[in-house]
Amino acid sequence: MRQLSRYALCVCAVLALASTAGAEEKVRLTGSGASFPFPIYSTWFKAFSAQPNAATVDYQAKGSGAGVQDFLNKTVDFAASDSAMKQEDIDKVAEGVQLLPMTAGEIAIGYNLPGNPTGLKLPRDVYPAIFLGTVTRWNDPKIVAANPGMKLPDLPITVVRRADSSGTTFVFTQHLSAVSPAFKDGPGVGNTVNWPSSDKFVAAPKNDGVTATIKQTPGALGYIEYAYAKLAKVEFASLQNKAGAYVAPGTGGGVDALLSVKLPPNMIAWLPDPDGAKSYPITTYTWMIFRKNNGDPAKAAAMRAMVDYCLSEGQKISDQMGYIPLPQAVVAEVRKAAANIQ
Amino acid sequence: MSSVPAHGADRVRVLSMNGGLEFDRGTSVSQPPSTFDLFVDRGFRALSHVGVMLVLLIIALLLWEIGGKALPGMQRAGLGFITGTTWDVGREQYGILPAIWGTMYSSLLALLIGGVAGITMAVFLTQDFLAPRVAAMFRTIVELLAAIPSVVYGLWGIFVVIPFVRPIAETLHDEFGWIPFFSTSLSGPGLLPASLVLAIMILPTVAAVSQDALRAVPFRIKQAAYGLGATRWEAILRVIVPTASTGIFGALVLGFGRALGETMALAMLVGNSNQITLSMFSPANTLAALLALNFPEAGPREVEILMYGAMVLMAITLIVNVIGSWIMLVANREPRR
Amino acid sequence: MSGATADVSIPSLQRAPLERRALVSNFLTGLAWLVALLAAVPLFSVLYMLIVRGGSRLNLEALTALPPAGFEMGGGFGNALVGTVVMVGIGAAIAVPVGILAAVFLAELGSNSTLGNVARFATKTLTGLPSILAGVLAYALVVLVTGSYSAPAGGVALSLLMVPTVILTAEEAIKMVPKIMKDAAYGMGCTRTQVILKVLLPTALPGIITGVMLAVARAAGETAPLLFTALSSSYWLYQDGHLALMQPTASLAVLIYNFSGMPFDNQIELAWAASLVLVLIVLVINVVSRFLGRPKI
Repeated sequence: MRQLSRYALCVCAVLALASTAGAEEKVRLTGSGASFPFPIYSTWFKAFSAQPNAATVDYQAKGSGAGVQDFLNKTVDFAASDSAMKQEDIDKVAEGVQLLPMTAGEIAIGYNLPGNPTGLKLPRDVYPAIFLGTVTRWNDPKIVAANPGMKLPDLPITVVRRADSSGTTFVFTQHLSAVSPAFKDGPGVGNTVNWPSSDKFVAAPKNDGVTATIKQTPGALGYIEYAYAKLAKVEFASLQNKAGAYVAPGTGGGVDALLSVKLPPNMIAWLPDPDGAKSYPITTYTWMIFRKNNGDPAKAAAMRAMVDYCLSEGQKISDQMGYIPLPQAVVAEVRKAAANIQ
Repeated sequence: MSSVPAHGADRVRVLSMNGGLEFDRGTSVSQPPSTFDLFVDRGFRALSHVGVMLVLLIIALLLWEIGGKALPGMQRAGLGFITGTTWDVGREQYGILPAIWGTMYSSLLALLIGGVAGITMAVFLTQDFLAPRVAAMFRTIVELLAAIPSVVYGLWGIFVVIPFVRPIAETLHDEFGWIPFFSTSLSGPGLLPASLVLAIMILPTVAAVSQDALRAVPFRIKQAAYGLGATRWEAILRVIVPTASTGIFGALVLGFGRALGETMALAMLVGNSNQITLSMFSPANTLAALLALNFPEAGPREVEILMYGAMVLMAITLIVNVIGSWIMLVANREPRR
Repeated sequence: MSGATADVSIPSLQRAPLERRALVSNFLTGLAWLVALLAAVPLFSVLYMLIVRGGSRLNLEALTALPPAGFEMGGGFGNALVGTVVMVGIGAAIAVPVGILAAVFLAELGSNSTLGNVARFATKTLTGLPSILAGVLAYALVVLVTGSYSAPAGGVALSLLMVPTVILTAEEAIKMVPKIMKDAAYGMGCTRTQVILKVLLPTALPGIITGVMLAVARAAGETAPLLFTALSSSYWLYQDGHLALMQPTASLAVLIYNFSGMPFDNQIELAWAASLVLVLIVLVINVVSRFLGRPKI
């Protein structure tokens, strides 16, 4: 027993010495925030760090709000957020805040119908009504009228929504509120809203929870990030955009939507209801948040290199992973703004 | 006992086979403590006090940190928070009564199922129903289940429990829908799947601690009961279990505490719906799940409200423990028959 | 035993399984078997799911490689394994001594004092602490003070969750030591500390170990506290020639949380394999400590 404690003491001493003896350290960056871009960010960061002499980057998805909190508390070097950053939070940062949109994504409406028919079309006045609980059955006349070739069963629609507070819900409800005044006055916009209380409204946490619930429940319909829906092979619907066309989620519809809005100088732009002819209605940027004045030239240089990688090499794999590659004009603007990270 | 402290020149040789202790001349086994012993005694007792103080320090820090953050929330939401039923962040209306209801319902149901199953398992494994080796193996397996992460329990619930319970729930709802417990249909997550998974999560704790309590019952008490002609179950139910009752009660306290605070698995299985209902098939909400699902994305104002909710959860745990201790006190005052 | 007559009736010593009391007893035995089997079914169902889904991916690469990203194949969770062992170790190093010392106080030194009663209630209340609050508290105590996520912060958060279990089980175990042994020790002139250290604790050791095992098992599987204190990492704890303890650290629980929510089959398989490994680690610790703590009489 005495030997054991002596041994333990030695180990502790070695550990203590070892952790303070810093030789040539590689720069280590830490970030936290949104879970929506987690798959693509982790791929980007791993590839970036594999380059010679590049910094190592660690990113943990814990929610946009938690990421912003970490950023404000200075416990991370950068944050990521689906809902940008509120002005009151930006004002709290003395060193100045630089928001950079890194990629964009879409929110798809997935469904589960017997026989797995593809290509469901949902008109503009129908899908908000489904989420308001006013359209309740699959063979509702409005849905049937929009889908002449499909055999729609007489099943109740089980609506699957997010149980947890999330940026995805924020973007989705923002769009629904822009399209439907009834939705705006009812549940409204938010990371979590007051959904209609009906036993046909079911909640599940995170994208994988919603996906699993949709897949297990015949007649279910719910909103998921497109990246997830594509890879999890869920059937998703084509939505009618402002111009009247039915657009399926995908790169084409996304880029068209992004082009319809100009990025202001603070880099925060919302697209609640894009007016492009081929735009997919529910598209959003997602941002990385940096300090303008970091007080550490090595880290700042590493962060600029990281941003540069994401804007150049990184965009090439966006489509494959279900994200929208940034249009060239946007890439140029973001690159220019990235120079502010010092 | 061969480890009697040996001071000075005293030596004691262990009981030899012929019987009788052998001593060196002119010494004795019992000795008053030496100065060093007294010093160590004082030191250890002080250390023990420090240990207890640390526990109280943790509670104080909790109250300070979380209570501190909760205070502005308490001022804003007031007592209506506890009796309100809507949770609307956009309109800043917060009410946790459905969450309190869901917490108590799921935890009590889980304690009922998991507690009974756990104690029965403990009795089963310690009262010679199985060969000792087999019983030891089962004991290890049951303890292992405490190591499974709650995320995995949540996934098991989604992929195994809900599909399993669905047909049973439908039959019960169709046939016995007039009973308030079966009055809605199961559309996925709900109180019953959540409580079942929670019961399985607390079963290892209850079983393991109860087994220790049952094993600590002195052998001669068991022998005495059998010697007086008790049947197996008369001995178990009337003698052994009552003797181990404080330990078993402690096991239930641990299990219940775990049930009240369980976060991840319930977040995936309880449905996050703010309703107060007796039906075990309907979705509901629990305080811990509410906290976990909303905390990551919460802004500073919402965080204050959530911390207020956390304080309410702690208060509930305290009240439940007070009630439990009172029950134990009353139960022990009854003369044994 | 009827009356004081001269002829005393000798009770029959034959087995009479149809007699009421025996029937009740056999019925209860059947019931106990039924309940035990029913309870065993879900337990084995969980284990079965773990073994089937996780076992297929359990190989040396999974145990030693770094986590894969995106569409990558292969990869593993070696750094998460190390991280869990380190953080649970730190947590136990804090919780076990504090817990046993406090339990000794509650069971022996101050069991009826005001301090003891208050502390006992405090401990019981702490058993209901949601894991996310333990994380928030450790965040305020360690992360904000040191300025970064780190392994010790994770250890502190886990110890907050472990302490109540250790205290309550250790207190019960110490209280169950027969009074005769204590009296004998006092009778031989032991100080209170000697009674505790040489008689009570060794005798109560199996029960204390149960408590420690339960606490360790639970701490190893907790995600929420680690999300707030150790975050996660895709790299080893030992980097560029030195130990990076004060950096975000990976852990099996957070890895499972991350990977189970991703749409990539590779990651999902790794999440199941990691869950299985977690259970196996606890099994190993369990078996070893039972062996070390066996009664040595």
